[in-house]
Amino acid sequence: MPEEHLVIKAELMDAAAIQRALKRIAHEIIEAGKGVQDVALVGIRTRGVPLARRLSDFIYQFEQVRCPVGVLDITLYRDDLTLVAQQPVLQKTDIPLDITGKTIVLVDDVLYTGRTVRAAMDALIDHGRPACIRLAVLIDRGHRELPIRADFVGKNVPTSRQEIISVRLMETDGEERVVIQEYSKK
Amino acid sequence: MRKDLLDLRSLSKQDIELILDTADACKEILSRPVRKVPTLRGKVLVNLFYEASTRTRMSFEMAGKCLSADVMSVSVATSSVTKGESIKDTVRTVEALGADFVVIRHSSPGVPHLIARTVRAGVINAGDGTHEHPTQGLLDAFTIRERLGSLAGRRVLIVGDILHSRVARSDIWALTKLGARVAVCGPATLLPPGLERFGVKVYTDLDEALPQAEVIQVLRVQLERQKGGLLPSLREYSRRYGINKQRLDALGQDVVLMHPGPANLGVEITEVAAEDRRSVIRDQVRNGVAVRMAVLYLLSGGDKSELAD
Repeated sequence: MPEEHLVIKAELMDAAAIQRALKRIAHEIIEAGKGVQDVALVGIRTRGVPLARRLSDFIYQFEQVRCPVGVLDITLYRDDLTLVAQQPVLQKTDIPLDITGKTIVLVDDVLYTGRTVRAAMDALIDHGRPACIRLAVLIDRGHRELPIRADFVGKNVPTSRQEIISVRLMETDGEERVVIQEYSKK
Repeated sequence: MRKDLLDLRSLSKQDIELILDTADACKEILSRPVRKVPTLRGKVLVNLFYEASTRTRMSFEMAGKCLSADVMSVSVATSSVTKGESIKDTVRTVEALGADFVVIRHSSPGVPHLIARTVRAGVINAGDGTHEHPTQGLLDAFTIRERLGSLAGRRVLIVGDILHSRVARSDIWALTKLGARVAVCGPATLLPPGLERFGVKVYTDLDEALPQAEVIQVLRVQLERQKGGLLPSLREYSRRYGINKQRLDALGQDVVLMHPGPANLGVEITEVAAEDRRSVIRDQVRNGVAVRMAVLYLLSGGDKSELAD
């Protein structure tokens, strides 16, 4: 059997590009809400969490308002649990505020099929009734399977389904870039 | 993950830690306004209890319901077992109804293992005679870990009828695997031989054992299992092995006092001690739900038909 290697095809964003995209999204969040008084950011585990924290920091820089940051683990809401042989490791959800009446910005690294976001919305609604839910992602790679779109996008990237988008952040991966990968038989 | 949870003896330290970490996440769900996640939607859990139980059965019901499973409880006293139906027959019926999980309690050790071999559903041992009560061992370990951060090196004392206690057995397996230093204390007639082989220290004098302990698990005097006159009298037991006011007052301020319930108040523990600030009896009950949710979640993974091939 030929061994499959994951090879990097291209770098989509470097550290500076990620920072510029997040700064722009932070501005867009402020603008869309005409301020951020009732805005809370909720990161989807794993990489949505550091992204949400950084957005909160940028918003504070620009507006001197601190948006609370929550952490969402969507494992228990996944629609593919019975398809995977090993149960994914369950981690803690931490929503440190009453979300009812708030504008919640869900934050994730990559928007793909939309199933993660669907699960995240279900999970969020179990914590209360937000005034509205927005979606911010660093990369939108297309191939949606559900009627879901992002309100704030760092970068739109057309991809094929064979490709893998890997967002690597200092907090989780020790480096700062976004690459596009593919399995190649060698 | 395997299909069943039958005992803690066969689990590794990593298995137990995975369950406890998962239970941590499940506990958060119990604090939400909507205490329900859709994970086990469409799955059926059947509680099959051949012995009396309130908290374990309720706890499994609650755990199943919080994960959106459909839960049925069969109380054997009102079932066809009274018409002479065998366990295997009952379980086959349960399986024909489409159960995905069977939670079973029985007075004979090994019954859950027997059932696990005959059905495709996941089987969870909720207590088999004097053998094991794995989810109790897990929730006790979880409760201690929650209080003390870690079990490594912690001195845990289990007091009471060790010989007949499935709770003691499961506790000893879970706690020693996680690195705790376990001691037991009880009347010599109610201590099984050979415990030292598992690294367990054995005491017969409670007042000698108590000062060493950071955690004290007080076992229920199981009157239903006392047939051979191994226990002198309840009064004498209470005097020598009961956690009463004097013994409570002599304990350190950071001691963790536990009881798996239901307590015979005034026998192995007084009401004052059970309600003391250091008592975590209510936490044990609450944590039981989180731990059972974790077990159900972990056992529900994967396509069982594929594993069977």
